[in-house]
Amino acid sequence: MAQMNMKEAIRDGMRVELKRDPNVLLFGEDVGKVGGVFRATEGLQNEFSEDRVFDTPLAESAIGGLAVGLAVQGFRPIAEIQFVGFIYEALDQMAVQAARLRYRSGGRYNAPITFRTPFGGGVKAAELHTDALEGLLVQTPGIKVVVPSNPYDAKGLMISAIRDNDPVFFMEHLNLYHAFRSEVPEGEYTVPIGKANVVKEGSDVTIITYGMMVHTSLKAAEEIEKTKGVKVEVIDLRTLMPLDIDTIVESIKKTNRAIVVQEAQKTSGVAAEVIAQINEKAILHLEAPVLRVAPPDTVYPFAQIEDAWLPNPARIIDGLNKVLDF
Amino acid sequence: MNKSYEVYAQEVEPLSILSPEGKIINEEEMPNLSDDQLKELMRRMVFTRTWDERAVNLGRQGRLGFYAPVSGQEATMVGSEFALNKEDFVCPGYRDMPQIVWHGLPLYQAFLYSRGHQHGGQIPEGVNVLMPQIIIGAQILHATGVAMGFKKRNQKNVVITYTGDGGSSEGDFYEGLNFAGVFKLPAIYVVQNNGYAITTPFSKQTAAQSVAHKAVAAGIKGVQVDGMDVLAVYKAVQDAAERGRNGEGATLIESLTYRFRPHSMADDTTKYRTKEEEGEWSLKDPIIRFGKYLESKGLWSDEDTARVKDEAKASVAEHIKKAETTEKMTVAGLIDSMFEETPQHLQEQKADFS
Repeated sequence: MAQMNMKEAIRDGMRVELKRDPNVLLFGEDVGKVGGVFRATEGLQNEFSEDRVFDTPLAESAIGGLAVGLAVQGFRPIAEIQFVGFIYEALDQMAVQAARLRYRSGGRYNAPITFRTPFGGGVKAAELHTDALEGLLVQTPGIKVVVPSNPYDAKGLMISAIRDNDPVFFMEHLNLYHAFRSEVPEGEYTVPIGKANVVKEGSDVTIITYGMMVHTSLKAAEEIEKTKGVKVEVIDLRTLMPLDIDTIVESIKKTNRAIVVQEAQKTSGVAAEVIAQINEKAILHLEAPVLRVAPPDTVYPFAQIEDAWLPNPARIIDGLNKVLDF
Repeated sequence: MNKSYEVYAQEVEPLSILSPEGKIINEEEMPNLSDDQLKELMRRMVFTRTWDERAVNLGRQGRLGFYAPVSGQEATMVGSEFALNKEDFVCPGYRDMPQIVWHGLPLYQAFLYSRGHQHGGQIPEGVNVLMPQIIIGAQILHATGVAMGFKKRNQKNVVITYTGDGGSSEGDFYEGLNFAGVFKLPAIYVVQNNGYAITTPFSKQTAAQSVAHKAVAAGIKGVQVDGMDVLAVYKAVQDAAERGRNGEGATLIESLTYRFRPHSMADDTTKYRTKEEEGEWSLKDPIIRFGKYLESKGLWSDEDTARVKDEAKASVAEHIKKAETTEKMTVAGLIDSMFEETPQHLQEQKADFS
């Protein structure tokens, strides 16, 4: 089995599908010759030709709209939006056009599009390059949202996203592109969209999270287990829409306590939704309110104070203590 | 020509073939159409006018939902679609129902769409259209993508898309034209310049000499056409389609036209237009003008107009009935149409509506 970092795994997932299905196309700004500003698509144009992997003019809405038109023609586009902060330019095409195509056409057309975008803080990138905007998409009917946290999942989820007949917004955390290597099978395999992963089993409290915060949460879990002697369960959601509430409820039944950790601002995001669904399905199993550990509702303060703004192990431990000591 | 560091745009004059009196004034550009085709163009324009009149009434009776009147624009709508093959693709804006119906969408589905029924958009297999786009300019990009699809599959087909003069101010319009230029796509972008974006006049829409000039920046061909002259519109689209099929890229066509009625059922045209202006444009009525030409050739008479009107009225009556008797869509069905496989949370939400 090959050792890959997350970026290589994502690229390998795209390669597998480009090879398997001639209808798969990959395009965006700078994805061709240079292989993307993070080299996530490096080598793919060479391997599959400029007809399949190509640079577009710098225009996010047109990248999204091109994907919709190509989808109508039976293609399966992978459209890259270079940085997450630029998705606002393409939101009509993603959230209105692609997400409504099946509804608008009474099922005659669908939009098997994978919208890829790098996101995620802690890398001191420029303004509007890292914000966590998944909540915007999760609230949009008709679109799926995927956030992998490791190389194995990233490749398997990428293949699932490309094969999915509905639009998938695939978010690639910048801090995880090169963070570590792990074993990734060669060739085809899928990780199902809509299925969470219990990355660490525990009995006393559950942390529900996704993306980079899986790793920050694991650090916090390790520390509190040493100091407090409790066992922490950590759930990696992997998919934010649809949400795997069953895995969450199973965990709550076991631990009776939970916190939700997210990199996006606190209000009305994925964490709020997770807690609402826990209330609907498992409130009688709770021994304490479910808390959110999240940044404040401010604009994302790029670079200078982002480390203080983003959740860190200390803040997660603080949250865990609150629900454990309630 | 001498080079200059300043970019100049030449003045443009619309392509006209028929005079307002119905005489051929531009023999050179006259399209090669048989008598039957000429009569069919007229039939479709008269049908569309009658359908429009009926639709406005049906709207007032509450039997249709949103409806954007089309009277005045028949030459552009009917003439442009008539220049295409069935395999070509149509991406309409919100007013462009006639083009997709003439391209094959059953009329009752147009009525269902207006009434908010999902089946309205369930386009039959083999009919290459999208439903009217509500977001102004978004369809420009879809057409660009569809055109790229034709090119990638080596199909000699073209895509036509429509927007208004207001739509030509949208970012999506520029992005689409620019992409079409860069990738040399078989797309035809028709801007139906009817003088108003709802109530905002063209003079407040752009300081450019014309919409057609906007093609220059995108590196595609731009033409301006008399949009009340069905033969001129037909010719412009036919030329553009030929260029597209030959791999010569995209064309922007600015069609100068006029809507005789309000933007939708609600706005008051007396607040933003003058009687004089409306009177001037009514002299260019595309149906009267083309009718005079056909009459002079002995191809059309008042009896033909009356016959087509009756045919249109009967057809509208039949199709509105079919729309009204189509079983209503359901919330459960709506929920099931969001994804290919309805996820668990939506299954649970569906239970509340069954």
